[in-house]
Amino acid sequence: MAAISRDEVSHLAKLARIDMSDSELAHLAQEMEVILGAVARVQEVAGVDVPPTSHPIPVNNVVRADLVRPSLTPEEALSGAPAQVDSRFKVPQILGEE
Amino acid sequence: MAEALAAGTTTSVELTEAHFAQIEKVDVAVHAFLYLDKEGALEQARVSDAKRAEGEVPSSLAGVPLALKDVIVQKGIPTTCGSKMLEGWRPPYDATVVTKLKEAGIVILGKTNMDEFAMGSSTENSAYGPTHNPWDLTRIPGGSGGGSAAALAAFEAPLAIGTDTGGSIRQPAAVTGTVGVKPTYGGVSRYGLVAFSSSLDQAGPCARTVLDTALLHEVIAGYDRKDSTSINAPVPQVVKAAKKLDVKGLKIGVIKELQGDGFQTGVLNRFHEGLDELVQAGAEVVEVSCPTFDYALAAYYLIAPSECSSNLARFDSMRYGIRIGDDGVRSAEEVMNLTRHAGFGAEVKRRIILGTYALSSGYYDAYYGSAQKVRTLLIRDFNAAFAKADVLVSPTAPTTAFKIGENVDNPLAMYLNDIATIPVNMAGIGGMSLPCGLADEDGLPVGFQIMSPAMRDDLMYQVGGTLEAALLAKWGAPLLDNAPVLAAK
Repeated sequence: MAAISRDEVSHLAKLARIDMSDSELAHLAQEMEVILGAVARVQEVAGVDVPPTSHPIPVNNVVRADLVRPSLTPEEALSGAPAQVDSRFKVPQILGEE
Repeated sequence: MAEALAAGTTTSVELTEAHFAQIEKVDVAVHAFLYLDKEGALEQARVSDAKRAEGEVPSSLAGVPLALKDVIVQKGIPTTCGSKMLEGWRPPYDATVVTKLKEAGIVILGKTNMDEFAMGSSTENSAYGPTHNPWDLTRIPGGSGGGSAAALAAFEAPLAIGTDTGGSIRQPAAVTGTVGVKPTYGGVSRYGLVAFSSSLDQAGPCARTVLDTALLHEVIAGYDRKDSTSINAPVPQVVKAAKKLDVKGLKIGVIKELQGDGFQTGVLNRFHEGLDELVQAGAEVVEVSCPTFDYALAAYYLIAPSECSSNLARFDSMRYGIRIGDDGVRSAEEVMNLTRHAGFGAEVKRRIILGTYALSSGYYDAYYGSAQKVRTLLIRDFNAAFAKADVLVSPTAPTTAFKIGENVDNPLAMYLNDIATIPVNMAGIGGMSLPCGLADEDGLPVGFQIMSPAMRDDLMYQVGGTLEAALLAKWGAPLLDNAPVLAAK
């Protein structure tokens, strides 16, 4: 169950959008095997009759009035942008050149 | 300090300057701070003094300096979360906690070091180098909030703010001989706290005494409409509780599962002596069993990485943070991959990959789903225990501070440090760590953990205040008086 290959880690890294070197992948595959072996214990007690908990303190249906409130100016929102043009975030090409 | 300010024997400017002088003297060795805002802090201090002269004192901590963990945003002040990813970023807004600190007239000295994005138990995962424990500079100050705790122990600040996802306030408090509180989940706003694991993260107060911690708790707590998980209820009366100094009739539950294997003898000795003090003060001790606690660590290291893999997806190099490899030819996705490769450290990558795995189809039910069920069982354990006792207690951490570098290549050993603190986060209840002595083996501080039911944070302050007073009477002086004096380098 816990065995995880270098190729699987490579696939996960692609999903997570993180470039990884061969040595990083190999090292991480080893570590993942150990960690997954340890955390897989949760299955021992997680019976079908136990409901899952996503949130410790139940707070439901939090809504707010639909009012305009002060917020960041465009300049403030763009203040941390790596690149910008004409009050917009400038990003590398997304769809390719064609 | 607040008393001296009120009596007029010192000013906020004097206090602030004195703390910057201490920082200058010792932080070369301790490395608690990532950024110092001298100009801003002195301006806040001047404003505080001027207001006081006109009779305007917004809180009992007005004019007192504070160190802020670098995971909480402060407008215009660099916030890195201990990561290269956010190097140079200056947030355009204040966290609710920061707004409340400013309104209370508290002076923010600067930002403290931490494990990258709060992932770690030693502050060694900071991209800007480790923080050193003032008790022994070759040892870790705990983590992730090691900078805040070390700043308190080294007298670089009398107050600090931390955040606690699996013990990041309490474990650093334990290993530095200071006090730290994780309030009930939703008790303090998370707005402006850079998210690691949203269902576990909680900001909280740190100080050198229980009462100071309570005073800071009251400043930062309360409902905030900007945080959808914020609890809309009155703040528990923690200051009143901290001053009570009486535990007669209270039932203290000792958790059987948190005192056996893996706990250092000196830690257990000091813990049991602390318990004896509470009995002498009139409390009744009962043993409680929480059988699911054996699985808490495993469940935590699925839930926290899962939530982190989702939360940290925001660091995509498009809107803020660094951007690597944008040569006009590469695609957005390629730039994203390169940036995340360069921007994240090893532990963050490890957890993102683990979380991505636990959430991926085919594995979701076995890992993340099962972990969520364990969470239900943990809450049931706590409910059963709180039916028998008003508060629960345990050692905060299984060992005293370990050596820097000792566990960096062994993630599992590192994770074991959080064994006693994690259940509290999983259940969303309150937890406090306060110093209960020095371990026989190494002369290093030991933390005593008190856990209280959700929104009964006052109970842990009542018990903590009483224990602190009893120990102070026994020792004759605060524990930190035993810490080595840090000389200027």
